[in-house]
Amino acid sequence: MPLELICPAGNLMSLKAAVDNGADAVYMGFRDNTNARAFPGLNFDEAQAAEGLRYAHERGRRVLLAINTYPQPDTWTRWVGAIDRAATLGMDAVILADAGLMRYAAENHPGLRLHLSVQGSATSYEAINFYREHYGIQRAVLPRVLSLAQVENVVKNTEVEIELFGFGGLCVMVEGRCLLSSYCTGESPNSAGVCSPAKAVQWKETPTGLESRLNGVLLDRYGKNEKAGYPTLCKGRFEVAGETYYALEEPTSLNTLDLLPEMLAMGIAAIKIEGRQRSPAYVAQVTKVWRAAIDAVKKNVAGFKPMPVWMAELNKLSEGQSHTLGAYHRPWK
Amino acid sequence: MNLSLGPLQYYWPREDVLAFYEQAAKWPVARVYLGESVCSRRHVLRLADWLALAEQLAEAGKEAVLSTQTLIESESDLKTLRRLVDNGSFQVEANEWGAVRLLSEAGLPFVAGPTLNVYNHETLGVLAGLGAVRWLPPVEMSRDTLAALLDRVRNPHPRPLPQAGKGEAVSLRDARLDEIETEVFAYGKLPLAYSARCFTARHYNLPKDDCRFRCLDHPDGLTLSTREGEPFLTINGIQTQSAGVYSLLNELDSLRELGVAALRLSPQSRHMGRVVEAFHAALSGGNVAADVLARFMPGKPVDGYWYGHAGRESSFDQV
Repeated sequence: MPLELICPAGNLMSLKAAVDNGADAVYMGFRDNTNARAFPGLNFDEAQAAEGLRYAHERGRRVLLAINTYPQPDTWTRWVGAIDRAATLGMDAVILADAGLMRYAAENHPGLRLHLSVQGSATSYEAINFYREHYGIQRAVLPRVLSLAQVENVVKNTEVEIELFGFGGLCVMVEGRCLLSSYCTGESPNSAGVCSPAKAVQWKETPTGLESRLNGVLLDRYGKNEKAGYPTLCKGRFEVAGETYYALEEPTSLNTLDLLPEMLAMGIAAIKIEGRQRSPAYVAQVTKVWRAAIDAVKKNVAGFKPMPVWMAELNKLSEGQSHTLGAYHRPWK
Repeated sequence: MNLSLGPLQYYWPREDVLAFYEQAAKWPVARVYLGESVCSRRHVLRLADWLALAEQLAEAGKEAVLSTQTLIESESDLKTLRRLVDNGSFQVEANEWGAVRLLSEAGLPFVAGPTLNVYNHETLGVLAGLGAVRWLPPVEMSRDTLAALLDRVRNPHPRPLPQAGKGEAVSLRDARLDEIETEVFAYGKLPLAYSARCFTARHYNLPKDDCRFRCLDHPDGLTLSTREGEPFLTINGIQTQSAGVYSLLNELDSLRELGVAALRLSPQSRHMGRVVEAFHAALSGGNVAADVLARFMPGKPVDGYWYGHAGRESSFDQV
C-alpha cells in the first residue's frame, strides 16, 4: 500500500483526531525521554496508550511507537522497558534509532515490527540495508536532507519501505546529527529528547524590541510589526561577517503536497506529518487535507494538482509564514 | 594515552594542506586521520593524494587512518566510500552506518567515528562485534556518562537470549568489546551539526551547486555571532561547529583514570604545532598553564560538555 498517511499523536485527543480524519497510522511516544518529543504534558502513559491502540485498531488503523532517543548507560533499562511494554501492548511497530536497542528488540521480540527512526541519520541505502540485514527493519524514515532524485536512488536499492516527511516543522540539519541544542542548553534530541527546550526559553520586552533567548543566548530580536515564532535555535537571526540574517534557516516549514505524484511514482511507502507537540485541532485539519490529497493523487496521478483550498488551509496552520519544499527541491540547498 | 590528529574539517588550498601534513609528520602524534569527511564538493586533494599522504605519514612512523564522509547523499558519495574501504593499506574511520556495513562485510578492523552515535555499552558492543577496534564517543558525552559506559564494558551484565536455547537463557558477551580502545575529542572547535544545505554558500548568496568554493577563504570557518556580538557558532560549509574551542588539557588525570587510550586534536590553520606540543608536554608530566594554550586558540576555550553542562560553558571562566 503506497503513500500511507502517518500522523502525529501527542495525546489521546490528537490520536482520535488523526484517526477520525483519515490517518492510516499514528505515531506516539511514552511519557518520558525515550522519545524525541519529551515535552511536559505530552505523550502517553500505558493506560492511554492501550486506549489509543484500541481506538485505532477498532477502526482498522495502526499505532507506531517512537522510542527514538539514544539510551544512556545508566538508564538503559528504561529504554528496554519501553520496548517490552510496546510488545506487550501490541504496538504495530516501534520506531528506533539506536543500534543496541534495535538488537535488543530483534533478539527479544522477533515478532515486533521495526522502523528506523529519522534520528538514526540513515541517508544511504548502504546504511538502511545494514539495519535490514542485522535487525530485519521493515521501514526507514529518511532525514530531510536528500533531493527527490537521491530519495529515488535509495528506494531502488533497498527492499526496506521508505517513509518521508511531508509536512510540518523543518529540521535544516541531519536529524540525529545535530548537537546545537545541547551546545546551547545542555539538552539535545539525541540524549534528552528535546530541541531548544521550552524551560530554557526566555522572552523579554526591551527598548529595541522583543527578545527571545535560549539559556541566555540571544536568538532573535523582533521589531514592532514582526511576528515572533518559537525560538528554535537554527531559526534565529545571527550576525555573520557584519551581516544580520537567518544564517541557518528561515522560520519556515515543510510542505510537499506538490511532490505527491513523484513520491507515488517512485514507490514511497508513507508520508509522515510532523507535530506531536501541536494541538488536536491542528492534527485534525492537517490530516483532513493530506487524506484528501493522497486520495486524489492515487485516483489520478497525471492530473493531480494541489487544490488552492488545501494550500490555503495548510498555510494558515504552518508555524512560519512560508513553506518550502526543503531539500527535496535541489535549489533550497 | 597518546595523541591523534583528527581529520581536517576545513577546506584549505592544496599547498596549505600538504605543508600542514609535512609539519604533522614531525609532531608527537601517534596517528593521523586523513581524508575529506565534511563536503563532497571539496576536491583539491583526491583519494590518491590522501593515500600518498598516508604513505608519507606511515613512513614517518605515524599510524594513518582514512576518515569517511559523515553525510552520504549521492551514489557518487557511495563510490568514494567504497574506494576508501577498499584502499588495501590503511585503517578506515567509519562516520556513518553505511561505512560500518561495508567495512564489516569486508572483514576489516575499523575506527567507529564520533557521529555513529554510540551513547551506550550495547551499541558499542554491536560495533565491537562488527570489527571496531577503536571508538569515539559523541562530542556531547560527559565524563560521567563515559565513565558509566566504560564501567559496563569492563563489568558486562549478561545479555539474555531467550529464544536461543530450549527455555534456557544463554548469555552472550560481545566479541572483542573489552579490547576496544577509546579515543576522546579533546581539542578544537566542536563539530556539532551537518546539513544538506551549505551555510557558507548561503552566506554568499550562492547556490550550493555553484558555491565557488568560498570555504577556501575561511581556513577556520566563519564565525556566527548573536545580535549582541557574542561568538556562538562557526559555519564551515554544510557543517556547523562551535565558536568556542573545546579543550580537555586540564582533564588529563580523569581521562587517564577512565582508561582513555587516545586524545583527538582537531586541526586548525595556525599554531597547530604549538597545540600538539602543549598536549604532549602535559601528557609527559609537564605543567602547562591553560592560558598558554588559550593564546593559540581560534576562539575562547569551552569544556561544558565534559561536565555534563551546556557545551558552550567553560570552567576556564571561573579561574
